[in-house]
Amino acid sequence: METVIEISGISKRYELGQSAQFYDSFREALTRALRSPWANSRNGSGSNHNGNHGGNTFWALKDVSFNVQKGETVGIIGSNGAGKSTLLKIISRITDPTEGHVKVRGRMASLLEVGTGFHPELTGRENIYLNGAILGMRKAEIDAKFEEISNFAGIGKFLDTPVKRYSSGMYVRLAFSIAAHLDPEILVVDEVLAVGDAAFQKKCLGKMAEACSRAKTVFFVSHNLAAVENLCTRGVVLQHGKLVFNGGAREAIDFYLHNLCGEGSAPGTHIIDLSSAAGRPVRCRPLLKRLELYTEGDRPVNGDLPVGGPLKAVITFQLEEPCASFDASIAFDTPTGQRVCTAHSAYESARIHDERVGEQVFVCDIPSLPLIPGEYKVNVGLDIRNSEVDWVEDVTRLTVINADYYGTGVLPTKGQFLLENRWTIASPVERETRLAEKP
Amino acid sequence: MSAAIELEIKPHQGWQRIDFREMWHYRELLGFLVWRDVKVRYRQTVLGGLWAVLQPLIAMVIFTGLFAHVANIKTDGVPYSLFVYAGLVPWTFFANAVGLSSNSLVGADQMIRKIYFPRLLVPLGVIVALGLDMLIGFGFIAFLMVYHHWPVSSSLVTLPIFLFGTFLAASGLGLALSALNVQYRDVKYAVPFFTQMAMFLTPVIYPMRYVPGRIATLLAFNPMAGMVEGFRHAVLGSPVSWVLVARSIGTSLLIFVAGLFVFRRMERTFSDVI
Repeated sequence: METVIEISGISKRYELGQSAQFYDSFREALTRALRSPWANSRNGSGSNHNGNHGGNTFWALKDVSFNVQKGETVGIIGSNGAGKSTLLKIISRITDPTEGHVKVRGRMASLLEVGTGFHPELTGRENIYLNGAILGMRKAEIDAKFEEISNFAGIGKFLDTPVKRYSSGMYVRLAFSIAAHLDPEILVVDEVLAVGDAAFQKKCLGKMAEACSRAKTVFFVSHNLAAVENLCTRGVVLQHGKLVFNGGAREAIDFYLHNLCGEGSAPGTHIIDLSSAAGRPVRCRPLLKRLELYTEGDRPVNGDLPVGGPLKAVITFQLEEPCASFDASIAFDTPTGQRVCTAHSAYESARIHDERVGEQVFVCDIPSLPLIPGEYKVNVGLDIRNSEVDWVEDVTRLTVINADYYGTGVLPTKGQFLLENRWTIASPVERETRLAEKP
Repeated sequence: MSAAIELEIKPHQGWQRIDFREMWHYRELLGFLVWRDVKVRYRQTVLGGLWAVLQPLIAMVIFTGLFAHVANIKTDGVPYSLFVYAGLVPWTFFANAVGLSSNSLVGADQMIRKIYFPRLLVPLGVIVALGLDMLIGFGFIAFLMVYHHWPVSSSLVTLPIFLFGTFLAASGLGLALSALNVQYRDVKYAVPFFTQMAMFLTPVIYPMRYVPGRIATLLAFNPMAGMVEGFRHAVLGSPVSWVLVARSIGTSLLIFVAGLFVFRRMERTFSDVI
């Protein structure tokens, strides 16, 4: 086996906020320079191994090393903020590592986005050339593949129309087609599979599989675990910027689902303080204190939840006077604000509790949350004597991520729910006789 | 079988040399960026490329009214309108090149965040694309010369020197300012104002010999002073001081090298800061 990508000790440090080197105006630069004339020359030297500029630094990646062999398709898995994108950016040469080095043998192309550099005023034809060149294709190469690209995109007679007049579907199809016809030895891809309508997605997946099987090396980052499982031969799991698993794709997904899933960018975000939350209407009394989210095995949910995963919401609130009739609720909205579903303690038939006062804790167990992958707003409410006394909107965002819900690697892309469904093929003869029997 | 291309990605610190091999590898992309700029610039405008003529033409009419008739500036026999237009063509190129290129990186933030390519191509592409406007401007100078029955001078052969000098000065400033603009958006506000003021410190609307001695020495450090005078010498055969030209070219060269180094130094943090 020949090693084509050699990643050794890669670390990346970011300065947080407006600190250190990221001032945005001359004024700040000047005042800084006057206060500490040496700070500027020290910045960016990358030699501060303790990695601490007064606690304002953040290691997106820390000492990540692994090799990729020729012909492998490697999937990078991890929660939001685990460092997947940073790793991809370093390998794509978009940003420099702070420490370590990467050696790449072979012609590499990276796709962090489809349609990079598309100009809305240019026609489809012109954008094929421009985008192709940006992706590193030679003009002769684009000429040779032009027919194929425009056919794959299926934009036909709109080839000479400015892309700003395209429907978003056409735009994405064109963008993907160009990317799909790159012919590198090493392909670096990020989440670009999730484009277009279902039919086109399927076509894209096919094209990706084709690229993977052409004995090329593919480096693939995705939230779509089903796609990782289908396409990748090997999986690498990142957590808080560190490599925690490196092995087979199936094993990597299992490792991720069982150990890390639910860990978000910031540990501890599964406990949300509601007492001073912003999304509370003025009429409400701040009685809701806290929301905690857990998944399988009481592991905290810090943002991500696999499709159909169990969710436990723990709602802490205050009762100011003795009361026997109180209810809590948790509701999920789409980012555009459409209510998807609500879990309410009033729906519980065996709901009997005595008069209580002071701090109370309500636990809501949702055995399976079958929302289709995407982001959801979480809202929490409190009713006393059947009237709403407190309500907090958008307390946190829950990202439902792709998992193999049906065990087939296939998920619907439209709608909002995953249905439990069973299909059988009935013989037409039997059906006819049964229908005939009915009066 | 070992693949031929080996790439090493490692932290870059301090000053960077220019990777000419890589620039050559990406030459087609530069071509496409220039082509895009040219195609897009006048899309959905009624007058299109005419704007390249119109901008200096309107300035010419105003300046002719003001300076030829009111201030009575003498221009060695050259009709003032022709004199000022021949100065406005290179100056407009310079001002637009500095202005547009300094905003070019910030405008290409999507590309910079999502894909690798030599970042130098972004401001350079903008400047090269503006060359077309200058070419159109030259066409109009030719028209004005015919109109005024002004003969073509043999000094036209010196034109490439001044084209080259102007390109050096514009791209040097453009590179440095575009890189600074990524981090300090103040640049966006400062540049239009300073280029406007700088026109009066350049012999565009007046000939150099109107400038008194000591100020003239200072003006020579303005790289465009020698270039604008040179343009008029090449096109119209007006007198020119070669000392001035030499100084201006020297300054241009210095600006270009400095701009290149500033750019290369700041380049590595573009995608993090932009």
